[in-house]
Amino acid sequence: MTRAQKAALLVLALAALASLLAGWLASSSYSEQFRDAISAPPSARFPLGTDELGRDRFARLLYGTRISLLLAPAAALLSTLIAALLGGTAGYLGGRWERAVTTGIDLFLSLPWLFLLLAVRALLPLNTSPLASVVITFLLLGCLGWASPARMIRAGTRTLLNSDYLVQARASGITAARLFWRHLLPNLRPILLAQFWVSIPVFILSEANLGLLGLGVSEPLPSWGAMLRELENYTAVLRNPWMLAPAVLLIAVVSSLQLLLRTEDCNPC
Amino acid sequence: MLSVLLLRHLRRIALTVLVGGLLGATLVRLGPGFGVDERELDSRLNAQSQQAIRSERAANSNIALFYLRYLAGLAHGDFGFSQSLNRPVSELLKERLPLTMVSLAYGVLGGVALGFGLALATVWWRAPGSNLVASMLSGLCLAIPAAVIALLFLWMNAPGRWAIALVVFPHVYRYAKNLLVSAYHSPHVLAAQAKGLSSGRILLAHVMLPAAPQLAALAGISVSLAFGASIPIEVICDTPGVGQLAWRAALDRDLPLLVNITILIALMTLVVNTLSDLALASRRPAL
Repeated sequence: MTRAQKAALLVLALAALASLLAGWLASSSYSEQFRDAISAPPSARFPLGTDELGRDRFARLLYGTRISLLLAPAAALLSTLIAALLGGTAGYLGGRWERAVTTGIDLFLSLPWLFLLLAVRALLPLNTSPLASVVITFLLLGCLGWASPARMIRAGTRTLLNSDYLVQARASGITAARLFWRHLLPNLRPILLAQFWVSIPVFILSEANLGLLGLGVSEPLPSWGAMLRELENYTAVLRNPWMLAPAVLLIAVVSSLQLLLRTEDCNPC
Repeated sequence: MLSVLLLRHLRRIALTVLVGGLLGATLVRLGPGFGVDERELDSRLNAQSQQAIRSERAANSNIALFYLRYLAGLAHGDFGFSQSLNRPVSELLKERLPLTMVSLAYGVLGGVALGFGLALATVWWRAPGSNLVASMLSGLCLAIPAAVIALLFLWMNAPGRWAIALVVFPHVYRYAKNLLVSAYHSPHVLAAQAKGLSSGRILLAHVMLPAAPQLAALAGISVSLAFGASIPIEVICDTPGVGQLAWRAALDRDLPLLVNITILIALMTLVVNTLSDLALASRRPAL
């Protein structure tokens, strides 16, 4: 591990720890409104000041970090599981099922990610509760983000099935279940893990884009995307540069994740 | 070989229209607010007129029939009617598509030029510190949401189309750099270097030319990325293009408009992918 990767790990650990200790570190709730301190500058009471509704920005940042850091991996897990199921079975079974899955993957990959998210998000009712909006946003990310990992997993499964030792194992009459559990799955684990980790920053950025467009997590629940909406007021940002804290933290976390995942492969996606 | 590939791509495009159309029609049919007609509240309409409106709506309640009508409409260039903007979708697309296409062209070309230029500076020119600067810049651009990049451009009063370039650039840079590095380490390039060929000639004849098809394949990926980035960028920079139209349609739950835009964008991405795949195949030596 390089020095930069160690620093990235430290940033991620600090962000995760701070979000987990949000209740202890923040002096107030993320939704509590202090009408006597609207748009207040940073102070000992409010380290990042308050927003236009008088809510503690520091508390919102910590709770927003918790949401992103908990739910982006959950969505990544879901998309990796769907990808493993579809891509893995396509590579393992071959034939018509493989052709059907490959066509599905191609179709999904030809649709720009954000257009697809918008289309499905628009189908959902407007009056969802804030908690439901969080779950729906990340569930959508998980359900729609399977195509790219599925392609890698299908290719990995195919390569493994054609490898010498698996050809030999099949020739020696191994059962399908044993072949899958004993030989295929353990060797696919690195690909599955890589796809899981690669999906996390993608989902964090997608949530941020959706949030900034007003289609992500609903108020009063905080998320990085929702907090970035404040940045649309340029003059306020100039006067209160601490409003940039969510953007800085998001960039630091995503950069750290990318630094840890950095490989010199040729995959442009 | 090329004709087989072309046929495969055409089949995929046709399938996209059929499956996308079916999904779209189902989404529209099952979406909230379908079948609600505010004309029924018009007190000037008598019972007969209201019944006629209801019968017209009942004809659309069957998904299969609705889908067939939808496909027939698509075949005639009828993309349906936008509920929120009260205008035909084709009219809205005709109005906004050129602006988005121009932004995409600038964005993709700018992103490819910047990414490829930096990759060349790092691999060929080997300018001191260029690798570090380019890697940091591309890493930073990858870590910033497209919407935040758009905000930065808005603050700087710069045109949003260049924000698309910044979204495309890091992907192009990484791909082009890996491609150039592997090309420079190939045996024929090492042999050319050993023979004393000039670095410019090696770059043009022995690195760029063989890598050209793979670089052309970048176009497909770049266009898809640029389309995705166009939504937040057009919304934040207030550019009246298709991305902004999709966002408004999503906020207004205008599913006919949104579904048609999505299918159109998918089709355009598929056409670009087909062209880049054909370019790649035409340069691949037959075995």
